[in-house]
Amino acid sequence: MSRERAAWVLPVSLLVALVLALLPMPASLAPLRPYFLGLAVAYWVLEEPDKVGLGFAFSMGLLADLVVGGLFGEQALRLTILAFILQRFRARLRFFPMSQQALAIGALLFNDRIVASAVHVALGEPAFPLLAWVSPVIGMLLWAPMFLLFDTLRLRTWRHR
Amino acid sequence: MPAYAGPAAARPGDIAGTLKLLAYLGLACVLIVLDHRGGWLTRGREQAQVFVQPLWAVAGWPGKVVDSISDDAGTRSSLIAENRRLRNALLVSGARIARLQAATADNERMRGLLGAVERGGLDVQLAPVLDIDLDPTRQRLVLDAGAGDGVRVGQVVIDAGGVVGQIISVNAMHATALLLTDPDHALPVAVLRNGVRLVAYGTGRTDRLTLASIPLSSDVKVGDVVVTSGLGERFPAGFPVGTISALRPDESRAFLVGDVKPAAQFDRGRDVLLLRSAPQRPVIGPAPDTTSALAPSVSVAPPASVRTTPAVKTAAATTAATPPAAATTTARAPRIEAPRP
Repeated sequence: MSRERAAWVLPVSLLVALVLALLPMPASLAPLRPYFLGLAVAYWVLEEPDKVGLGFAFSMGLLADLVVGGLFGEQALRLTILAFILQRFRARLRFFPMSQQALAIGALLFNDRIVASAVHVALGEPAFPLLAWVSPVIGMLLWAPMFLLFDTLRLRTWRHR
Repeated sequence: MPAYAGPAAARPGDIAGTLKLLAYLGLACVLIVLDHRGGWLTRGREQAQVFVQPLWAVAGWPGKVVDSISDDAGTRSSLIAENRRLRNALLVSGARIARLQAATADNERMRGLLGAVERGGLDVQLAPVLDIDLDPTRQRLVLDAGAGDGVRVGQVVIDAGGVVGQIISVNAMHATALLLTDPDHALPVAVLRNGVRLVAYGTGRTDRLTLASIPLSSDVKVGDVVVTSGLGERFPAGFPVGTISALRPDESRAFLVGDVKPAAQFDRGRDVLLLRSAPQRPVIGPAPDTTSALAPSVSVAPPASVRTTPAVKTAAATTAATPPAAATTTARAPRIEAPRP
């Protein structure tokens, strides 16, 4: 592709995702917070496979664990699994219409919840509240607007899908 | 080229990818287990957390902006109502302080009579809470005061209600407090009424602590007030922790398990108080004469909490006395000395 792409979108998007993970929410709604970093990493694995792979996802996860102050390595594990599945199905996912892509992302985020809960159960950490299982749905709904926003910023044009 | 790129036979790239995945997963698992156990990795992580502080500061901005907007944009009627409420609160606190000062003086005199060692006054420091959410399954608080403001690891955090937790890590600008309600937290407590000593564990929920292994024979009832016992030498004695809201037998039927409703307001308030120096001598504990005290009324409250209350109320009064526009700056002032009688 000859069109030059804005390189700043990648670091900025991940930084924003990290800040969004820290923003205060009312305690009753906090479990609904979608996994912004997961969404952002998913976009870059799909769109920039040369730059963003397993190693990138892993190190972003470690950074996120530092930022959020959770178990060191938990998000690294989750993001690595997410990135691996996306890499495997990248060829197909990229040609899905947006609605199907969002569904696939929703399933991925749900799987991510299962992984996180499994880690917590295995280590005897407190489990997530029930409401946390709704957050993949919110992530799924956010996928399309996020995808279009990132595409517009990155390609500096409206991509028709 | 086929229209549908189905799963073909495993290519070398696939195998390399899987190996890479396994390597990363293994590494992540090792890190998780090491961090879960605590040790050098946990300490290293605390060092590395210095670098993510700017991000914490950025994430705290929206909270600060909302606070200042709600301070600035209060309507006239809400300001009048708030003024009236605060004036009432000031009156009540003033009266209470006067009474407590009388009690303190009384106490002081009796201690003098007993020849007891004079305790130092309660020295506290006001620390604003940085409004960000950490991992929701762990109960912690980030404070907007760090080593530069004299915060140390191990300092006790209290609020107007009672004990909030303790400082577990300090950076240059921020400090992290572990709340009582964190499942990793245990706190030696005593029942105020009769001095029965127990341990209160966090449950991971902000509205409940658990008392484990209460002997069936001990005289513990629903509604009893629980205070810190001063054992373990981390938390000074006599700070309110909560009230017992339920008691039930545990699995072995040999002990009781109790629920405690915390006295501190974990999810409210913009500031907490850090204890700088605390009374050394435990004032709660096995006191055989407490049960024979004639009137177990307010006057039985331990001296430590008597001293705390004026400090806290003074902080509230200072904020109340200033107009809301200046309230933010008052809250920013990090140090408030407790009045020494």
